[in-house]
Amino acid sequence: MGEMEQLRKEADALKDQITAARKAVQDTTLEEAAAGVAVVGRVQMKTRKTLRGHLAKIYAMHWATDSKLCVSASQDGKLIVWDSITTNKVNAIPLKSSWVMTCAYAPSGNLVACGGLDNMCSIYNLKGKDGNVKVMRELAAHTGYLSCCRFISDTEIITSSGDCTCILWDIETGTQKTSFAGHQGDCMSLAVSPDFSYFISGACDFTAKLWDIRDGNCRQTFAGHESDINAIGFFPNGQAVITGSDDATCKLYDLRADQELITYQDSSIMCGVTSLAPSLSGRLILAGYDDFNVNIWDSLKAERVGALAGHDNRVSCIGVSADGMACCTGSWDSFLKIWN
Amino acid sequence: MSDYPVLAGATATRKEQSRASAQLGRVRSTRSQRQAAVMAEAQRRREGEEWEEQGGAEETEAPKEEAPKEAPKEAPKEAPKEELKEAQKEAQKEAQKEAPKEEAQKEAPKEELKEAPKEELKEAPKEEAQKEAQKEAQKEAPKEELKEELKEAPKEELKEAPKEELKEAQTEAPQTPTRPLLATRSTSSADPDDDSPNMIVYRKIEDIVTRIQDETEGVPIRTVKSFMTKIPSVVTGEECEGTDIVQWLMKNLSMDDPAEAMHIGSLIAAQGYFFPISDHVLCLKDDGTFYRFQAPYFWPSNCWEPENTDYAIYLCKRTMQNKTRLELADYEAENLARLQRAFARKWEFIYMQAEAQVKIDRKKDKTERKILDSQERAFWDVHRPVPGCVNTTEMDIRKCRRMKNPHRVKKSVYGLAEEGTQSHSPVHTPSHHSRKGTREDVEKEILFLNTQLDRHCMKMSKVAESLISYTEQYMEYDPFMTSPEPSNPWTSDDPTFWDLEASKEPSQQRVKKWAFSLEEALKDPAGHELFLKFLESEFSSENLRFWLAVQDLKRVPQQEVAQRAQDIWAEFLAEGAPSSINLDSHSYERASHNLKDPGRYCYEDAQDHIYKLMKSDSYTRFLRSNVYQDLLMARKKPETEQGRRTSLEKFTRSVGKSLTGKRLTGLMQSS
Repeated sequence: MGEMEQLRKEADALKDQITAARKAVQDTTLEEAAAGVAVVGRVQMKTRKTLRGHLAKIYAMHWATDSKLCVSASQDGKLIVWDSITTNKVNAIPLKSSWVMTCAYAPSGNLVACGGLDNMCSIYNLKGKDGNVKVMRELAAHTGYLSCCRFISDTEIITSSGDCTCILWDIETGTQKTSFAGHQGDCMSLAVSPDFSYFISGACDFTAKLWDIRDGNCRQTFAGHESDINAIGFFPNGQAVITGSDDATCKLYDLRADQELITYQDSSIMCGVTSLAPSLSGRLILAGYDDFNVNIWDSLKAERVGALAGHDNRVSCIGVSADGMACCTGSWDSFLKIWN
Repeated sequence: MSDYPVLAGATATRKEQSRASAQLGRVRSTRSQRQAAVMAEAQRRREGEEWEEQGGAEETEAPKEEAPKEAPKEAPKEAPKEELKEAQKEAQKEAQKEAPKEEAQKEAPKEELKEAPKEELKEAPKEEAQKEAQKEAQKEAPKEELKEELKEAPKEELKEAPKEELKEAQTEAPQTPTRPLLATRSTSSADPDDDSPNMIVYRKIEDIVTRIQDETEGVPIRTVKSFMTKIPSVVTGEECEGTDIVQWLMKNLSMDDPAEAMHIGSLIAAQGYFFPISDHVLCLKDDGTFYRFQAPYFWPSNCWEPENTDYAIYLCKRTMQNKTRLELADYEAENLARLQRAFARKWEFIYMQAEAQVKIDRKKDKTERKILDSQERAFWDVHRPVPGCVNTTEMDIRKCRRMKNPHRVKKSVYGLAEEGTQSHSPVHTPSHHSRKGTREDVEKEILFLNTQLDRHCMKMSKVAESLISYTEQYMEYDPFMTSPEPSNPWTSDDPTFWDLEASKEPSQQRVKKWAFSLEEALKDPAGHELFLKFLESEFSSENLRFWLAVQDLKRVPQQEVAQRAQDIWAEFLAEGAPSSINLDSHSYERASHNLKDPGRYCYEDAQDHIYKLMKSDSYTRFLRSNVYQDLLMARKKPETEQGRRTSLEKFTRSVGKSLTGKRLTGLMQSS
């Protein structure tokens, strides 16, 4: 027992040292540094399109890299690929398990993936020979629900799960390449860095972790939230991480300063954050909440500069297209809306 | 099978309702007869499993009929059975709550069937004879329980003053028998450690709601003739106007915009913390509509998950009382009809419970009854919302499974005996979360912490500066910040912008972006094409070509990987290779080692090294090159003007440029 005590003491001492090191570089705050930056002014966006067709709660959506197509997953057991401009359904893929929680579009546009309570990540080939969309692979190894998945390429995909781990898969062989363990709570969400060498995961242990994709190690851990982290994303420059939590706040952490830079919160916001996405320049952060709204934050000044109200139930997912032109929100009211 | 008249058709008129209830009443004339019938049924049930299942099917089919999009279409085979069982239970519950919109789902997975009859089993055997006695006993018990609960749960939620008031209320109104406010509650109160997402919000709301009702700093209330002086507004049913609530919220939560106050107010109303007196739809209106506050007993934070039996009792009770204000709304009548079909077997029991409740109600003071009725109705509006309204008690299924107290027994609103172990989630897996750190864990942690400590933390000022400059640099490319030219295709329906982006003739703005970073230049196909062209003119394109080839290698089909890797080696790395690149010894060794078992990422190190080289060397030269500068500047001038320049001008200019170019390259090469 004494040894454990000693080890724990050692760990605590190191933690204190790290906290001190972080404090030592706090020569200013982001807010102070951004004081001279021009204000953004009120951002008003309108719904340009409404994508109708799902029959139940929408849990996830993801844009394709062409900024026109997107995929959404709903608990009616369907994965729908939409042409967001015409609002037509390009594909309506029936799923084996209707308890789907996540979906992803491959950067190439050839594949989509989804998963949920079935603990598996199913990969579908959209460009099959005979035009039919079929399951290409079923990646099974997780012992908990699949909360999020993101493609690195047509051959690799990363998944996060309620079993507290993330896995990098080789799609062709259908096997695990690397397992990323370390979180103490369900992993709820993940995001890949713009250069595809790192990814970040947010979990129900209130922390976010940065992982090196190639060697499987956790490089950094960010704490500070008081409740589950539901959403996570990279700042467009790949050097900072944005998280959204049930404690109704979003936080910005910087990788090089190894700490939190700023918190986005307001006393009038009581409901948890379900999803978030930065605008192309990173100046705006759009976050979806349980109170049916999306709030738009000025990332440098931590001020709310706008809101998107139009859904009749929780906003469960949000995404900004690659060209930054439009933002898509999905909700429990079964609709997707395109805004800008 | 059923002895009781079941209402045919979806909409039961009020006449039919009263006829039905009258008939129900007449069927059983004596108590002993009732007892006998129920006992016989219970006996029958105990006898046959299959018979039960069938009975269960009847029971569950009706609610399944309502099952809208929520219910799974068929028993998924892959998924772990237990997970599904629970998920399906959730879905079933949700299905029962919502009004029918779609066609019925006839297929009910077997697991659900087994669960439903178990419910019936547990309730039926509790005989009526026992019931009266039970109720009496329960009447005494809950007061104590409630006092206990009041001590624990509201510690965080309520401030001191209201707590005192509530306690007093308990002591002052002891004679009022079992009824919602003071009625039986089977077990535990809100778990103060429960931090599920809904609970977090409930606590925040309760804080606000308590403040609103505060005597001195709360909303001005319109006092209804109150017969007890020190009882809080929840009991006396003091009402306040919608506008007052909005004003209060704006002032006390520092909001400038009334729309925001409305939004929060509606959120609070939707959760059932206050409600319009004469409307089922729970939202806040900024007008003279009167609102009443909900009794803490009914607060959602008490984790009510009322069963359909409770709902059935409630609706049944309403039909027994001949008051216009208690008439069922259409959707309620439909629900009642459905429940009667579903609970056909135990309608007897439900009916009696309802009768008992009505008896209790009659003993109360008229005003108090009116108030409690409205609060009870608001409670049901939250848990069985009007069709079209959102059920705010819904939880994300990912969070449901982690509920801290899976053993929490479901309470019945009307004091029905415990549902016992049903609410015990069969699939709750507390395993990972309660895992205590082993020695290995701590050692790993220490290792990790040491690496963290070694990392150099960059100064906040530097980091902030880089973030700010990034946003400023990209501001003009961010369509949410700067209107794109010629126009945003989403607003103008004109796709010109996208056509231009896709074209091989990049706009000046796009060309400018290539100078932001090597990533940007390489990301844009036109960008890396120009870069390649430039390097070829200098006979130094091998680096970029290597980089592009390795990118490609990552994407080819598995069977081609080995061959491609070899080709790359032959072209760029082997001795005497035609496009020999300059690698450091470490990367070279790694690459040759990896080539023994070639995979997609065998050239990762080499690629990184080359990338850095390009960034510091060729990329910077590229940005200063003629080809790039021309493109950057030339776009400003229209075609015709260029054509007009004299050849001499052109000549001098080009000579000047190439001279400078050569000088620079000369410098670079020497360094």
